[in-house]
This record gives sequence, structure tokens and C-alpha cells, in this order.
Amino acid sequence: MAAPSPLPIDWFPLWLSLEVAACATLISLALGIWLAWLLANRHFTGKEILDALTTLPLALPPTVLGYYLLVVIGRNSWLGGAWESLTGSPLIFTWRAAVIASTLHAIPLLVKSSRAALESVDHACERAGRSLGASEWRIFWHVSLPLARRPIAAATALAFARSLGDFGATLMIAGDIPGRTQTAAIAIFDAVESGNTRVARTLVIVISLVTAGIVFLANRLERRHSA
Amino acid sequence: MNQVGMIQAHISKNFPAGPESAGFRLDVQFDANPGVTVLYGPSGSGKTLTLDAIAGFVQPDAGRILLGNRILYDGGAKVHLLPRERACGYVFQNYALFPHMSVRENLAFAAHGLPRLERHRRIAELLERFKLTDLAGRYPRELSGGQKQRASIARALIAEPQALLLDEPGRGLDASLRADLYAVILEMKASLRIPMLLVTHDQDECFALADHVLLFSAGRILHRGAPLDLLRNPGTPAVASLLGDFNLYEAEILTLDPGRQTSRIRMFGQDMNGPHLRGCFKGARVTLCARPEELHLVTKAGDNRVRVHQASLLERPHAVRADFGNGLIIDVPRETWREKPDDLWVEIPPGSLRQLRPES
Repeated sequence: MAAPSPLPIDWFPLWLSLEVAACATLISLALGIWLAWLLANRHFTGKEILDALTTLPLALPPTVLGYYLLVVIGRNSWLGGAWESLTGSPLIFTWRAAVIASTLHAIPLLVKSSRAALESVDHACERAGRSLGASEWRIFWHVSLPLARRPIAAATALAFARSLGDFGATLMIAGDIPGRTQTAAIAIFDAVESGNTRVARTLVIVISLVTAGIVFLANRLERRHSA
Repeated sequence: MNQVGMIQAHISKNFPAGPESAGFRLDVQFDANPGVTVLYGPSGSGKTLTLDAIAGFVQPDAGRILLGNRILYDGGAKVHLLPRERACGYVFQNYALFPHMSVRENLAFAAHGLPRLERHRRIAELLERFKLTDLAGRYPRELSGGQKQRASIARALIAEPQALLLDEPGRGLDASLRADLYAVILEMKASLRIPMLLVTHDQDECFALADHVLLFSAGRILHRGAPLDLLRNPGTPAVASLLGDFNLYEAEILTLDPGRQTSRIRMFGQDMNGPHLRGCFKGARVTLCARPEELHLVTKAGDNRVRVHQASLLERPHAVRADFGNGLIIDVPRETWREKPDDLWVEIPPGSLRQLRPES
């Protein structure tokens, strides 16, 4: 009998991770910038609570975050039930659940950086916009956001890297279903557990390269901003 | 009756003292007609705060601000228009041009509300008028200070504001650029019939541009009037010292002659001729002031002449300022300045002496 040829590597987890991270980054970008704008420009009651809530995912253990998510979007929850009756299938243990977990993972970074970026925009420019008759909406899109775009882009790159690597929360609410919800981070864990070092090593190297590239990009964006 | 186009402001705002800041209270009331009204005074006296309250960036605690017949702010009726609804052009201290837009784009941003053709016509017109046509494609970082200044004024005028607010427009410009700026402002004064409020703590700027001066000190308006009237009659010692350059004297009244509109007074230990002093009695002490350029340096003793000795000198563009250390400061044209400490007198003409009211 000939020596068994090595099994071809299943690239699905990597593609899934990239897709999930891309979706999560887009969602957290939109949501994060909106929250950042609220925190930077508006005074309202509960602002400090909102500020703390957006930071919490950064500090909480991922499994705790995953547990809360199960409570909020699980099949027995109000939100999960609403989703199921609308679409006919449950939200948890799908790739969409992985997107939600990754979004939560990425959002604190985006809110914090975007808020700092928006707050560092020269307020005289925003005042100038107002005195010239522009609406807040126009000032945001044409003045504040363009002036804050570099640090926000840098934060977005890092947020993408972070969502790529989420493990705990994703495992809790999306599970580990090969070919459906098994992301790269989870596939690496599985491969190591089952002694499949070749697969683990390959995924580790690819993920590391992608992440290193992103960090490099983010640093360049940040540097050119401060220069 | 509310004259069309005029600003009528009564602004009151209180900043309570904090752990690391002293409290501040702004309470000012003034009218500004079309033309240049200069808000003059030391830093921290509330000039820019007043400008910001009119622009709508700061909400007063009480008062009322009218522009023409529009109510911009009314504390009693709880009206506080948003800055974008006020039609007040604002020229910021650091110009606040949008750094990511070219000069043309900066102007176009302001022209957003105009119909398309009108927009192009207006942008072209203002680029031309402020000598920016050749610079229209440049970004603010590629402009000199004077060019940025002109671009920011042009941008503020695009939407045809009903008032123009300028926050220290001359700051950071060298002398020749300042002259250009003054020419631009004087040209606007002639062509736009809108009130222009200009904040400065530069006396030359104040006198070069103002139709009317509001003298700010510690959140209040101490004095107001045409610039030359302010110099002719500062009114109180506080105003005289804010305007700087005044000689202040304590004098005792010896005799009063209402018929000839003169008096005899005692200053510098000698008897002198003085002006008519209204509302005073013989024997009273009064504060008088005179401007350095109204005193003369002479070489012989005589009436109203005070013997002087060593002076400390300050070179000024058109004169030498000599401070004799005894309260006498004079400006002497450079060609006539002579320093012979043995036989110098300063003559104080009676007409140069103005009476100041004691501080209330």
C-alpha cells in the first residue's frame, strides 16, 4: 500500500472568516462611527452609560459575551424568536451569528478611535461650516469625516483584524459546524486538538500573514495622519 | 424703531468659578450699525465670547440679540437660532479653511444653497474680487497667511451674510499684509451695507478700521464712541489706561474762570494754566490726562513748562518716545529730538489737558 497522500487542506474556514470579518467590519464601521459621533458631539443623559457599554466588550471575557448573546438572540429570546418567525430559520449557529459576535468584538475599537478622531477635528472648521449655513449632516460628511478619515481607516483595519480572530464568543453562539460556521480560529483549535499539525500550521501562517499585513497598513495610515 | 440691518445686542452670560478657573461674567449691551464696530480690549475681556454669542456658538443666559428685524436670540421668549440660521459670516482667528478642499471648493461649500448658475457666478466674482482666481485650485496649506485670510473672508461673504464677524483678523500677519487686510476691510465697509464686528486688541487696527469702538474690560463695555472721540475724551482713568499712551496727572484747582473758560491748577509742584474744569470747586483735586504727541519739548523755561532730566527712549516709527520718569511721556519727531539734559523743558499746553471722571 502506498503512503497515504496528505489530505487536501480545507480552505473553507479561512474564506468564512474573511467574509464574517468583512461583514462585521462594515456593520461596526457604520454603527461605530454613529456611536462615536453621538459621544463626541452630543450631550444626553446616559452618555456615560453608553460610553461604558461600548467599552465593555473589550473587557469582558469572550465566553461571557457569548453567553449574553445567547440570552439576547437565542431561540427562546425575544429577538431570536422574532428573527426566526421572520426568516423561518434560527439566528444562532449560523454564519450570521458569527458576524454578530465579531461585530461586538470589533466595535469598541472603532468607537474609541473614531471618537478620538472626531474630537480632534479642528472645531473651528465645524463652526465655520455652521456659520456658512450647512446642516450638521453635511458638516459631518463633508468636513468632520474627511478630516478624521485616516485614524478611522486605521481603526477599521484593526477592527477587521480583531473580528478575524474572534474565538470564544463565536464558538458560543455560532458553534463549530465544519463547512457552515467553523471559522479559521476555531478550525485551528480543532486541528490542534485532533493532532492535525499540518492544517493548524498552514492556517496559523496564513492568518498571521493577513493580520501582519493589516497591522502594517493601519500603522502607515496612523503615521501619515500624525505627520 | 429698528433700523434695517443693524445689530442690537444685550448679552449676559455667567461662568461660575470652577476649581481651576476664576469665574467670569459677561454683561454687554450695544448697537452696531452698518460699518465697522471694533470690539477693543485686553485678552479675556469677553470680546470673542460676544462674537460667538451673536454667531450662535454660545448661548447667553439672558438678553436679546436682533439682526435687522430678525430675532437671533431672546432669553425671555426662549428663542435661540442655530448658527446656520443666523446669516452671520464669521472669519475665524486661524481662518478655519477646510484643509481638504481647494480654495474653490471651500467657496463652493458655502455656496451650496444657491442655484447652480448663480453659484458659479458668485464664486467667480468673489475669487476675482479677493485676487484668488489664480489660486483657486490650491489647498489652504499651499497658501500664505494673507491669501488664507482673503480666502476665508471671501468664503464668509459667499452666502451674502447680513452681518460679518471678524475675530482678530490681523493677528499673525506682518505689517504689509496687515495693510492689505485693512484695505480689504475698508473696501467691504464701503461696498457692503452690513454691520461688521471686529475683535482686536491692537490699537492701530482699532483706529485704522473703526467707525465705532466698544471698549471691553472684564466682561463689560467701559466706554464707546468714535475712535477719535475716545482719544480726545477717554472719560475715566481706567479707559485712559486701556487705551494706553496717556499721561495721567493729579492736579489741584487753584482758581476757576468760567468766563474765559480757563483755570489755574497746581501740578508738578508749580502753578499752571489749565482748561475749564466743569463741575469742580476751588481746592478740589482732579485727574487730568494728555496724549504724548500733544506735549512739546522746549529749551527755555516758561509758562506751563516742567523741567525734565534724563529720559528713557523708545524708538517709534515716526517719533521718539521719551519717558522722563516723572509721569511725563512725550513723542518728539525724530529730527527735532535733542538730548541735552541741562536745559530741557516739557510744555503742557492747557488745551491738551482733559478732565477725567473719578472711577465710579
